[in-house]
Amino acid sequence: MTAGADASADTVSIPLDKKLEMYRMMLDARLFEEKAHKLFFEGLVKGTSHLALGQEAVAAGFAAAMRSDDLTFCTYRGHTHTLLRGADMGALMAELLGRGNGICGGKGGSMHLTDVSVGAMGSYAIVGAHLPIAAGAAWAAQARGTGQVSVVFFGDGATNIGAFHEALNLAAVWSLPVVFVCENNLYMEYTPIGAVTAVPNPAADRAGAYGLEGIILDGNDVEAVYSTATAALEHARAGGGPQLIEAKTYRHGGHSRADPGTYRPDEEVQEWLDRDPIPAFRARLEAAGVAAETLDTIEAESDAAVEAATEVARSGPFPDPANLETQVWADGGSSWRN
Amino acid sequence: MAELTYRQAVARGIAQEMDRDPTVYFIGEDVAAAGGVFKTTEGLQDRFGPERVRDTPISEEAITGAVMGAAMNGLRPIAEIMFSDFFATCWDIVANQIAKARYMTDGQITLPLVIRAANGGGARFGAQHSQAMENWAMAIPGLKVVAPSNAHDVVGLLAASVRDDDPVVFLEQKSLYASRQEVPEGEIVGELGKAAVVREGADITVVALAAMVPRALEAAETLAGEGIDVEVVDLRSLVPLDVTTVLNSVVKTSRMVTVEENPRLCGWGAEVTSIVTEEAFYDLDAPTLRITTPHIPLPSADTLEDLAMPSAETIASELRRVGNG
Repeated sequence: MTAGADASADTVSIPLDKKLEMYRMMLDARLFEEKAHKLFFEGLVKGTSHLALGQEAVAAGFAAAMRSDDLTFCTYRGHTHTLLRGADMGALMAELLGRGNGICGGKGGSMHLTDVSVGAMGSYAIVGAHLPIAAGAAWAAQARGTGQVSVVFFGDGATNIGAFHEALNLAAVWSLPVVFVCENNLYMEYTPIGAVTAVPNPAADRAGAYGLEGIILDGNDVEAVYSTATAALEHARAGGGPQLIEAKTYRHGGHSRADPGTYRPDEEVQEWLDRDPIPAFRARLEAAGVAAETLDTIEAESDAAVEAATEVARSGPFPDPANLETQVWADGGSSWRN
Repeated sequence: MAELTYRQAVARGIAQEMDRDPTVYFIGEDVAAAGGVFKTTEGLQDRFGPERVRDTPISEEAITGAVMGAAMNGLRPIAEIMFSDFFATCWDIVANQIAKARYMTDGQITLPLVIRAANGGGARFGAQHSQAMENWAMAIPGLKVVAPSNAHDVVGLLAASVRDDDPVVFLEQKSLYASRQEVPEGEIVGELGKAAVVREGADITVVALAAMVPRALEAAETLAGEGIDVEVVDLRSLVPLDVTTVLNSVVKTSRMVTVEENPRLCGWGAEVTSIVTEEAFYDLDAPTLRITTPHIPLPSADTLEDLAMPSAETIASELRRVGNG
């Protein structure tokens, strides 16, 4: 690896309750998205959806390490990040189903899940756009002295767009409390990232250009993610400036629901399925002495939560047509003339 | 009462709001130490310090993204985009992110921010530093669009824009920077969406914006000597649009001409004309008329640029065609 230090799983001692919390988070995310996928084929989730199945450890490790007033900015592949910051699962599922009780009243959809009340500041669907926005939120945190850290998740594809570079430079120059997290799932939509990128580690290898250390991480190891996240958040919160982390991971499915992902070699897919972060973590927990029944109970509770959320969504009302032209402006309306 | 240039009015408006509200911050390229390439922001960094008035790299996506993120987290930031043409380099942030965030989140996000820019032609800068792009911004739901024609309105409308809870694109017409006006001392706060009848007249309503306002007024003076009494309405903001003031004027004069600096297609004059024909058709005694820059990129040579932009002379000659009969 050309850039930076390898993050290690055992730099921080993680208490058992935190580990179990992360196990639950990953299961919530996994089961939520598997359900969303099923509802898509029932014709209940419309449009498109971009699942993060297989990438749950990044979202869980960070969400478990963040302070409640820290800010998350994520992409259209953002169900898990929004959920794991604490957004209501039923309201998220209802948003995917285009219901009036959705988290954005049906105006956002799968690619724009947002719950400001829990610091989930939006899912951004134009690649790279949210990096400077996250830097701006960090600038306000710095100016107001709030101690918040802004954490922005993006894919490997975003490292080749201008906004990535503009945001990293500004954040470095202004020493902003922002953690940039590249979820490198090896494919820029349908194209291997290596085929269109000048360096092997698309984020970490660029870090030096901004005076940053390129941190590379096994994004399928939730404990490694948690440890690295904790250190990065502390660094940024203490005024040390931005951090850039590249988490290597893999999506189990295609880019979006329209993509079966057949461009990926079978052996590669199998290799990553074998490294599925959830069973891997479960095995580690069991080896450390956690009873299988404890873990089974968590899984059953996650499953029940997803079923309940699905019912909330299925039984939710369609959006009130009266809301079509609301909330363009801060006065709640959309009037542009008198 | 002191005489103020349009240029000085920018710094005065920003200072007035930064003095009043500690959450107002200001960033842009060359705006702080250098005082702005048009010298519109001189003295602000000395007065408010390097944290609140801050230079940025040449990174328009970072600048506009930064003010968006900051507005989401407790600031009321002002950004400068040096030339409005450069909005093209950050139009994703402005049109896809800033304009849509509130609607997409059903009101969870409020963005009290202002993006100022030097807009328009007349300075011989050529096609990439001279565009009048108000119609780009006007076409995007979620952006307010303000374009003052004089120093007093620069102060008042800048204050109103900063205090507004929605994103405002604030367009200063760069050929007006040297224009002067008596502006009273003390706080000045304008109102967005309020046009001004800057010259009363009985025969023709001329609706204009920014640099086209003084040109329309000059044309009106010419025609006054010929027995044509022209009323001039300064729109001041395109979103919100003060339709009421326009309609009231048209009802009085029965004739309407719009004067736009932007290229012909989809200019704001087309929208105003559409509204007037829908809502005041039977008050009209003559066809409406749009005077615009031709649908061309703006040339650099002074003689060509003068030919392209509506001048007081061309406005006067077009108004003669509309007549007062």
